[in-house]
Amino acid sequence: MSGLGAIVWRDLRRAWAGGGAALPVVFFLLATILFPFAVGPDGALLARIGGGVIWAAALLAALMPVERLVAPDLDAGVLDQVAVRGGSMAAVAAVKTLAHWLAFAPPLMVAAVVAAGLLDLPAATLATVEIGLLIGTPGLAALAVATGARVAGLRGASALAGLVMLPLAVPLLIFGAGALAGGAAALKLLAAVSLVLVAGGPFVAGAAIRAANS
Amino acid sequence: MTRLLAFDAVTAVRGGRVLFEGLSFALDAGGAAVVTGPNGAGKSSLVRIAAGLLAPAAGRVTASGARALVTEAHALDPEVPLARALALWAALDGRRAAVAPALARLGLADLADVPVRLLSTGQRRRAAMARVVAAGAPVWLLDEPANGLDAHAVGMLEALIAEHRAAGGAALVATHLPIALPDAVPIALGGAA
Repeated sequence: MSGLGAIVWRDLRRAWAGGGAALPVVFFLLATILFPFAVGPDGALLARIGGGVIWAAALLAALMPVERLVAPDLDAGVLDQVAVRGGSMAAVAAVKTLAHWLAFAPPLMVAAVVAAGLLDLPAATLATVEIGLLIGTPGLAALAVATGARVAGLRGASALAGLVMLPLAVPLLIFGAGALAGGAAALKLLAAVSLVLVAGGPFVAGAAIRAANS
Repeated sequence: MTRLLAFDAVTAVRGGRVLFEGLSFALDAGGAAVVTGPNGAGKSSLVRIAAGLLAPAAGRVTASGARALVTEAHALDPEVPLARALALWAALDGRRAAVAPALARLGLADLADVPVRLLSTGQRRRAAMARVVAAGAPVWLLDEPANGLDAHAVGMLEALIAEHRAAGGAALVATHLPIALPDAVPIALGGAA
């Protein structure tokens, strides 16, 4: 089967249609802004915790689109139509991971610059955060698609998605935020975690879709 | 005669309940089968098993060649124009040029630029048939294709299936509405439900 690329463009279009892809970014900025309100306008303190704040907010923002990633296509019969054409569900999940990353990561990385301004982050810290996000967001996208497939069709899917996804995303947070103090070693570990998630996520998602269908 | 689809002693179980047992039939080029039975007798499960979406609890299903499927879910993105929604599937089939003729064949050419969400139930069902026509697959698996269709559209559906069979295709049709399919193998399910 050729033309899975058509699904990437279709998913991207659907993510942006109706502003769906903008919601996580807005949520991310709101979550970031909460911290200056909570800990006070102490520039030095904010600059010290700011990198970690951005990572935690990014993780929470990544949860927002999870419910839209797989469940609507499962309900609408889209995945059945792909399957009857001989497409594997793992391949579909891989394609959806790519589309989700394209819709989610670049806007988030731009928003991180704004957040860095609000938190008075030094340029060097911002650079490390951006490099970390570039490495970590593919893993986060794969995790989001796998989680979306796992909870599709369940009652209370959005609450469950948080409970399933956040613990598994903790390594990304540890090494992503850890890179701010730990430097290159933490970034390498972040890349390793991200790679494992990208490699395994589509297979988990594919199995979950097949289980939901049977 | 080319064998396109064969069920060999197939048993279907859903949620621990046996829907049908030891079902065998075969569809050759030009053949058709009509699956009938009361609600919950397993008509849709039979179609899903034939499509390879559901594994049979026992028995074997062999299919040669591509399959095209119509189910209750229309799988067309509601916010885009009909022609574009169908183009996604034509792209997966590598048959982009087939969309316009298929729409014309189903009498939907005037609706090509109308968003799917504004179409009526019957128009969506015809759009799903247009996807089947555009796919160019030899085996048609149709689950309640006449649902929501008016008498004229049912006639169109019957003519389409006849044309497809004459061209060497086969059709498996599950329906609770009468559809005229000459020489179709009758498969009656359930009754005990």
